Amino acid sequence: MSIYLNKDSKIIVQGMTGGMGAKHTTLMVESGANIVGGVNARKAGTTVELGGQELPVFGTVEEAMKETGANVSVAFVPPAFTKDACIEAIDAEIPLLVVITEGVPVLDTAEVVAYLEGKSTRMIGPNCPGIITPDESLAGITPHTIAGKGPVGLVSKSGTLTYQMMFELKDYGFTTAIGIGGDPIIGTTHIDALEAFENDPDTKAIVMIGEIGGDAEERAAAYIKDHVTKPVVGYVAGFTAPEGKTMGHAGAIVSGSSGTAQAKKEALEAAGVKVGKTPSETAALMREVLQAL
Amino acid sequence: MEFQAKELFAKHGVATTLGVVAETPEAARAAAEEMGGVTVVKAQVKAGGRGKAGGVKIAKTADEAESYARDILGMEIKGLRVNRVLVTPATPPVEEYYFSFLLDRSNRSHLCIASVEGGVEIEEVAKTNPDAVKQIPINALEGVTPEKAAAIVDEAKFPAELRDQAIEMVQNLWKVYVEEDATLVEVNPLARLEGDKLEALDGKVSLDENASEVRHPDHAQFEIREEADALESKAKDKGLNYVKLDGQVGIIGNGAGLVMSTLDVVAYAGEAHGGVKPANFLDIGGGANAQVMADGLDVILNDEQVKSVFVNVFGGITACDEVANGIKGALEILGDSATKPLVVRLDGNNVDKGRAILDELNHPLVTQVDTMDGAADKAAELAHQA
Repeated sequence: MSIYLNKDSKIIVQGMTGGMGAKHTTLMVESGANIVGGVNARKAGTTVELGGQELPVFGTVEEAMKETGANVSVAFVPPAFTKDACIEAIDAEIPLLVVITEGVPVLDTAEVVAYLEGKSTRMIGPNCPGIITPDESLAGITPHTIAGKGPVGLVSKSGTLTYQMMFELKDYGFTTAIGIGGDPIIGTTHIDALEAFENDPDTKAIVMIGEIGGDAEERAAAYIKDHVTKPVVGYVAGFTAPEGKTMGHAGAIVSGSSGTAQAKKEALEAAGVKVGKTPSETAALMREVLQAL
Repeated sequence: MEFQAKELFAKHGVATTLGVVAETPEAARAAAEEMGGVTVVKAQVKAGGRGKAGGVKIAKTADEAESYARDILGMEIKGLRVNRVLVTPATPPVEEYYFSFLLDRSNRSHLCIASVEGGVEIEEVAKTNPDAVKQIPINALEGVTPEKAAAIVDEAKFPAELRDQAIEMVQNLWKVYVEEDATLVEVNPLARLEGDKLEALDGKVSLDENASEVRHPDHAQFEIREEADALESKAKDKGLNYVKLDGQVGIIGNGAGLVMSTLDVVAYAGEAHGGVKPANFLDIGGGANAQVMADGLDVILNDEQVKSVFVNVFGGITACDEVANGIKGALEILGDSATKPLVVRLDGNNVDKGRAILDELNHPLVTQVDTMDGAADKAAELAHQA
């Protein structure tokens, strides 16, 4: 088992014909993911060869879903058009929408998140590496070669820390690894992923990676305390980040006393989560947990 | 800064007094003379607490305006040098209110905060009398309609005689927030002046950089570079995501999360090596080609505090051999200007090829260490010895 994505997932790519879209569609095809087509209104009716596969291009998400039975869309459209692309996918009732695009105006994301209310779509991102269920499917840009299938569920704000942690624990492997993105407003949250991992019988333990800014980790800690029975190991990046400076991710900024790595670590530990000071220490804590199972 | 916020307010019909920006005491004097009467001379820096720091003075005459401007210009407020003052006619408020729209991360939407109790010390009011500070959620799809604006004004209990003015101002402030893609629009104080006139006496606007990039090319004018650190300014010119910190170990990595994590690991490692600390944040992103690597190294090596550099790359999409070639190329580009030791940790995609390239290069400044922790320790050690 896994969360959100599995071997039966049929994936379309919005923005498949752009530079980023073409490159990563190729990598997704090569990983063995079932990519069934792409969407580009101006190139509808044509096909594109990527990763050795002839992929049809459709005019709309709705049409692509009807023709291919797609249930996942990965969006690589430029930031100026991301909002419209998301609304289109949500209106077409795509079950899973993964938005990789970086640099989306936050007011646009806020609108999309409000639009999701009461709809059937789950959105991951924006500004995220997407989701991988090793040996089954990949919807995003996570390298499929880092780690294989195993008992660990991983949820992270950061892309490269997802890769680093998968690498550290590659001998154990993962049910699903999901990068939720570092923007101030995102679709799927830590809490959503924790709930899904809790309900996934194959996930035996969960790694949660956070970073400075906002209060998502504190809220996740409160959720873990009340709802998660599986062991959770945490890591928070940004202990040495100064107040008031943005560290790369638009969301990673410490203001006042809230949002610091220390505050997040304390909140997680109070909820019974073991928190590592570094990625390697976090991996070591997870090993202890897995050996005790 | 205040004068920029006021420009945006005025653009969207929010009642405010723009005043005159002066960069010299003489210009401040000329502005005060032109205005006549009592004026206010205010330091223009991106920091709160300007009044407490002595950066806001009331001048009865143009002479006084000049003399205060002389005191304030060049002053440092929270580490920021004051390079300009704003001169406005003094309009003493009868009452002071607080108003803002901001991004509410926790609720993934927008929030309005309004209070008719005191303006400037809003944090204090929020602590002592939280009921007087109204927090009103805004639906991101619906925005602030005339009805919503009226509801906000009524909930915040604005005086009846100001109701219509307040409703109009709330709508116009929402226009500033939405049309300029702001993440914060704050009026503090929102003043009730003589004759029951509402005016934004001081304010702050934070703009979303993503949106500025996508649809507000005009926002570039709001960026004032002289306040920025010289290295940060140089990095920005080269399109690098760089933040200067106070430390000795230069950091280059890929991905914001991994770089933040690298800073932490170096700081821990530094505890065993004389307390050396990370000198900067620098995320070179996915495409770590030779030019980007050279640009990054160039900025870091020009930081006089830096004694060693830690290049920490996990090859996800990026292949380690590309990164290794980037380092090799960067060292060629920099030539003799590269003088500080480099500790390189490569892992992930094509790691063997990447390490082989650096082994073959056999550059006297480059040390390879296989793990992130080990490399951080080596970089800290080298910085401490230097």
